[in-house]
Formats: sequence, C-alpha cells, structure tokens
Amino acid sequence: MTDVSAPERVTATPAARSALAALRAARGGPVMFVQSGGCCAGSTPMCFPDGEFVVGDVDLLLGDIDGSPFYIDRRLDEAWNQTLFILDVEPGPPEDFSLAAGDDLHFVTRSSSCTAPPNP
Amino acid sequence: MKYVPPGRPGSIVTVLPRYENFIGGKWLEPTAGKYRVDLSPATAAPITEVAESTPQDVELALDAAHAAKDAWGEASATERAAALNKVADAIEANKEMLAVAESWENGKPVRETLNADIPLVVDHFRYFAAAARSEEGRSTEIDKDLIAYHFREPLGVVGQIIPFNFPLLMAAWKLAPALAAGNCSVLKPASPTPWSILKLLEVVEDIVPPGVINVVTGPGAEIGKALAANPRIAKIGFTGETVTGRLIMQYAAQNLIPSTTELGGKSPNIFFSDVMAHDDQFLDKAIEGLVLYAFNKGEVCTAPSRALIQEDIYEEFMARCLARIAAIKQGDPLDTETMIGPQVSAQQLAKISSYVDIGKAEGAEVLIGGKRAMVDGEFADGYFFEPTVLKGHNKMRVFQEEIFGPVLAVTTFTDDADALAIANDTLYGLGAGVWTRDGNRAYRMGRKIQAGRVWTNCYHAYPAGAAFGGYKISGVGRENHRMMLDHYSQTKNLLVSYSTEPLGFF
Repeated sequence: MTDVSAPERVTATPAARSALAALRAARGGPVMFVQSGGCCAGSTPMCFPDGEFVVGDVDLLLGDIDGSPFYIDRRLDEAWNQTLFILDVEPGPPEDFSLAAGDDLHFVTRSSSCTAPPNP
Repeated sequence: MKYVPPGRPGSIVTVLPRYENFIGGKWLEPTAGKYRVDLSPATAAPITEVAESTPQDVELALDAAHAAKDAWGEASATERAAALNKVADAIEANKEMLAVAESWENGKPVRETLNADIPLVVDHFRYFAAAARSEEGRSTEIDKDLIAYHFREPLGVVGQIIPFNFPLLMAAWKLAPALAAGNCSVLKPASPTPWSILKLLEVVEDIVPPGVINVVTGPGAEIGKALAANPRIAKIGFTGETVTGRLIMQYAAQNLIPSTTELGGKSPNIFFSDVMAHDDQFLDKAIEGLVLYAFNKGEVCTAPSRALIQEDIYEEFMARCLARIAAIKQGDPLDTETMIGPQVSAQQLAKISSYVDIGKAEGAEVLIGGKRAMVDGEFADGYFFEPTVLKGHNKMRVFQEEIFGPVLAVTTFTDDADALAIANDTLYGLGAGVWTRDGNRAYRMGRKIQAGRVWTNCYHAYPAGAAFGGYKISGVGRENHRMMLDHYSQTKNLLVSYSTEPLGFF
C-alpha cells in the first residue's frame, strides 16, 4: 500500500466495505478502484483486480478502502474540484469492464461535501 | 400512433424467451449455460433473456471469425459491397420492427429510432459499401525501373465493444467499416442493451458469410477483457468511459495492436446575440438547437450539455427555450408523440439525480425540472427524469462532468474571447455547437474550439461522410468517414524492380 501525503480523500459506507470484503474473498485477491469520467458509464468507480489497470504519473492515489487503493486521474480530480468521495453500492450490474460489487450490485461514488467552487 | 410493446399480441416485434450468442452464422448457447434477464427501462419489466457469456464463448467467436477471415478478406470489393448493400436493404425493409425493438430496450422515443437511428444505420452500410468500391491503391514510380505499389489489406479479426446509447447505430458505425475493409468482427454489445442487435442479426444472418459478424453478450469484466486483451484480435474499437478506454489502450499496447477509442464529452453549445436579431425560422431552429440536449434523453457522448449564451440576450432567449422545454412530452417511448423516454437503466437514473443534487449544493439554480419524472400507469416504474436546466458557472462540477442525462448546464459569456475560453475550459473535446448569423464569426469560433466536431448552426446531425471523433481526452481515432478504412486495414507495399542490373555491392 502506497502512502498518501494528504488526508484520505475517500471513505466507504458499511455496505460498500462489506461488499468489498465479500468480493475480495470470492476472488481470492485484492482489487483496485479507478474513478471514471466520460460517457455512458462515466462518473462511476471502476473496480478491477489489483494491478489490472496500469497506474501512471497522471493518476493520484486518493486513499484506500480496507487495503484496496482508490485512484483518480489528476486532471479529472482538478476539474471535479478535488471532491471527497464516499464509496457505496447500488442495485444493478456494473458497466464496461468493472467488477460487480456482488450479486446484481455495482459500486458508486458519492461526494461527501460539496463546497461551492470559486466563481471565476 | 402507439406501437404495441415487443412480444405482446399485435406487436410487430416477436420476442423469443431467450437469445443465444451469434457465432459462426449460428445461434450458440453460452458454454456455461447462463442467461440474464434483459429489462425495458420504460416499465422495468423483463423483455427476454440473453446469454451471460464467459471467456470460452469469446474464444468460440474468435475461432469462427478466424475461420472466415481468409475468404472474406480475399472477397472482391464488389462482393463485399454487395453484401453490405444487402444488409442495408434488409434493415430498411425491417425499419419499423427494429425501431420498436430499439426503443423498447433502450428507452429512446420511437420518433427518433424511426427517423434517425435506423435510417442512419441503413445509410452507414451503404456509405461503406460505396467507400469500399471506390477505394484505389496508389503506386509511385520511384525511378524508371523501381515501382512502389501500395495495397490496402485487411487486419483480419477485430474486436469491437459498443455502448448502450445507440445500440444499433454504434454497431453499424463499428461493423460497416470493418467489414468493408475485409475484416471479420467479434462484437460485444453493452450490458444494458444486448437484445436489439440480436434482432438486427435475425434480419441479416443469411446475408454475410458465417463468421464474418459474431456477437457475444455478457458482462464487460469477464468477456470485455477476454476480447480486448486477446492476442487473436488485430485491432480493438471501443466507445465508453475514460477508465475502460485507458484499459483498452493498455491491452492494445500489450498486444502491439491499434485501438480506436471514443470516450465522451461535455460539449459547449454557443449562442451569440445575433441569433435574436430577427424572430424568424432561424431563431426557432436555434431554440430547438439548445433543447437538443434532451435528444435521446441526454444519453449522447456529444450531448450539447453546456449552453453558453451571450449575456445581452440571455433572459429573452432562455425564456423562449424554457417554454420549449416545458412543452416536451415525456412517456411511452413507443408513442410517436413522445419526445423523451426513460433513461436506459436505474443506475443511470440514480447518477443523474445525484448530479442535480451536486449542482444544487454547488449553488446552481434549477430553472426547470430537477427530479425523477413520474409517468402514470404501466410506466410508473420506468426510469424517467425531467428535462432539467441548471444555471451556474463553468467551474462547477455539473459543467465539467458528463452527466449523461437530460440535464443542461447554462451560463453566459460576454464576447467571442470569453465564449472561446469557457468552451475550451473542459477536459473533453468531442463536439461543440456555434449559433450565429455571422459566417465569419462562426468560422473563427469553429476553428478555435478544441473539439473534433463543431456543428455550425445545427446540432446532433450524424451523416455518414462527416468524420467524428475526439480531441483531448475524448478519445483517439475517427469514425463515420471513409478514413475509417485506414483504421481497419494495413498498407502492403510491393517494391518492384524492373531492372536486370545488379547493385554491384558484392
């Protein structure tokens, strides 16, 4: 697990933690999260087997949820006003290449606090 | 008129209890024997079941595609074009049936599928049939005895992964150029919309040779990777969000193959004061141009989701637009009077709703809409969201993030430079719109906006022949144009000497 210099910017609901624990147990290995943007399934956290997604210098480690790292593209993070993320689960299957959060569940992120961005 | 939902008595769309994968010209049960229920977003009720495939099924599809690739790749352009034209004819002959199937599965209003989606699918196959026929190789006389011949050769077998927002049109955008260039395809539809493409295949299954088109349905985490990372594909095409887009390019890099990605946008739609210089048909067109954010319930990568309005006309222009938005008819997607249907899934509905909450918390003003729409009767459980307008400024998250729903973020600008600065203040660069009666300004703005497509005094037109693709992080590559034949082929150079003279080195 990599250290983060800033306070953790991501946390999780009990439902997400329990889904994550079950997913790790079922897979027999750790997973990782990468916050997505763009069309269709954009704006959702994509969940992959740990190491599946090659993280680059462009990515920022926001924190980890019980040992599963959570990344975001620095450019997205800036455009999204460095929001605080809360990992949660909702009904329905995941989209694109993300792992499910359990039977017919998918991970979502919520913003914990929305401070108004400065008016330019 | 109202069409009867698929599968019910009197419907023009027949529905089987379950659908298999289409592999090697046959309908094959998924090897693991698993199926998943496919819902209509209008009622949240099941339509049918589709295969919940596993990587083994992807391998079967690749086997079939590889078995077909030599014959299809060596078929003459005449033969390939004839097949694509027959595909177009068959789809055209079944236009209404496919439009109803597409609307019921995706939720888009049937007026759109009848008049846009399906006719564009038909035209797309015809366009690439013509492109294939009119292709010419180039030869160069390097010197009088040395000639460079250039031939375009197919890549072989390609993988294609399409999104849920235009299930049939995105399939056509991917399949038509790949087949025209002589490739065989293994295509994975999006998880929320696997069925309408299978209805399309029922219509065309006897036209193209077995193995040329193969469709495998199932979860992206399992079969998406099995296809995209597979060493037996020669190219991968993908439309979707940015993280999976990067993953696709990562897999392509590992296999040293090309990829084409289309990853979304947050497109500005700019209205200059002079649109209101006259109260005429052009102004009416411009007002509709703003309201087009609700086209396909906003589930469009190029949705004009940021409206930039010159400040001196803002009040009057926006009042006219809001009146038009208030008149949008929402409900049964199979009613030809309906203008906006349900979002594609409960997941999308929840996401859109949370974005409106984010916007409000950031201080955006809700000018209209803002919550889940309640539709009576059979549609009470459908995933409807009210057409919404949020007024704010471009640093807000609702101006920066792709909401993928009928939510417009609107702001004002002072002059050309201000409009340009706001328009380009985004990570994305897929589409943009410019509305003005001043041709010089339209040209200058269009050239300066960092986006792959700048609609000028129009929006949401997608004719075959107009290149489509992203600047910035909106993706790499172009679609919808004959240059796609380059994306789906490789160049063979025969360098031929007609001299008998030795070089003299050895």
